[in-house]
Amino acid sequence: MSGTLLLLTSFLASAVEAVEALTIVLAVGITRGWRTSLTGVVLALVALAVVVAALGPALVLYVPLDALRVLVGALLLIFGLQWLRKAIMRASGLKAHRDEESAFQSDVARLSGEPGKRKAIDRTGFVLSFKGVFLEGLEVAFIVITFGASSGQLGLSATGALIAVGLVALVGVAVHRPLSRVPENVIKFAVGLMLTAFGTFWGGEGLGIEWAAGDAAIPLLVLFYGVVAALMVAVIKARGANHKTLERKA
Amino acid sequence: MKWLSGFGRFWYDFIVGDSAALAVGGVAALFLGWLTLEMGGSALAQVLLPLVVVVTLAVSLLRR
Repeated sequence: MSGTLLLLTSFLASAVEAVEALTIVLAVGITRGWRTSLTGVVLALVALAVVVAALGPALVLYVPLDALRVLVGALLLIFGLQWLRKAIMRASGLKAHRDEESAFQSDVARLSGEPGKRKAIDRTGFVLSFKGVFLEGLEVAFIVITFGASSGQLGLSATGALIAVGLVALVGVAVHRPLSRVPENVIKFAVGLMLTAFGTFWGGEGLGIEWAAGDAAIPLLVLFYGVVAALMVAVIKARGANHKTLERKA
Repeated sequence: MKWLSGFGRFWYDFIVGDSAALAVGGVAALFLGWLTLEMGGSALAQVLLPLVVVVTLAVSLLRR
């Protein structure tokens, strides 16, 4: 059960970040040339590979498992809560939904207006493409490494990420448009729940908690956090509606 | 020195992000879980840990 959830979380988190990176890469490619955009992608992937190669084995080989789980638990809790907070704010209308099409149009407009267009390697375009892929990829690398190290299933975790990135890249090459039909906000909600649940579980195990439900505690935690998050969305929406009613009456 | 502060700021932004309450609350949840365990309350720690996580999330939403 936890293996499936681990694979699914790694796949979904990677897919969401890959979709966001693809939007930037496409915008740079169309406005500044594909050579610039793809050079940024390749160098960012090399930089990510260096980070993963340096961090992955060091974590697995040199950090005791319990200490690693507390560290990983804390990091996953913080990441998961950040994703969940944004997802709750988007679902309740406090924050605008991320829209890949409008993000793409705004990147294209910004890059088209800047000088230095269509050089062999354009500096602005390169930096944007590199940063986009590196920063989106770094979060995925963190999730994959920490998941793999804590569960002892680095292969499974990496497989989920590789399938997601490969799939998004293939679709991106095929359609040459941002993947605006991917339900990004819903996926982020689900990933936020899963990261928070895994963070709680592994953090607790590292401290010495023996979960009464064993590995089944993970889906139970996902369920618990899911119900609480849905309640939070409902409460914020209701408060928003009350405020609007009061404003209209005043 | 400028490079070092930029490096530190990058990791702060990457890990803490736009809500310090989440980072503090996440660590506090684990610390309280550990404290409860040390006092012999394993069952209580299993309940307390997710509850503190939920309170952290609520606080960060209230402070937005």
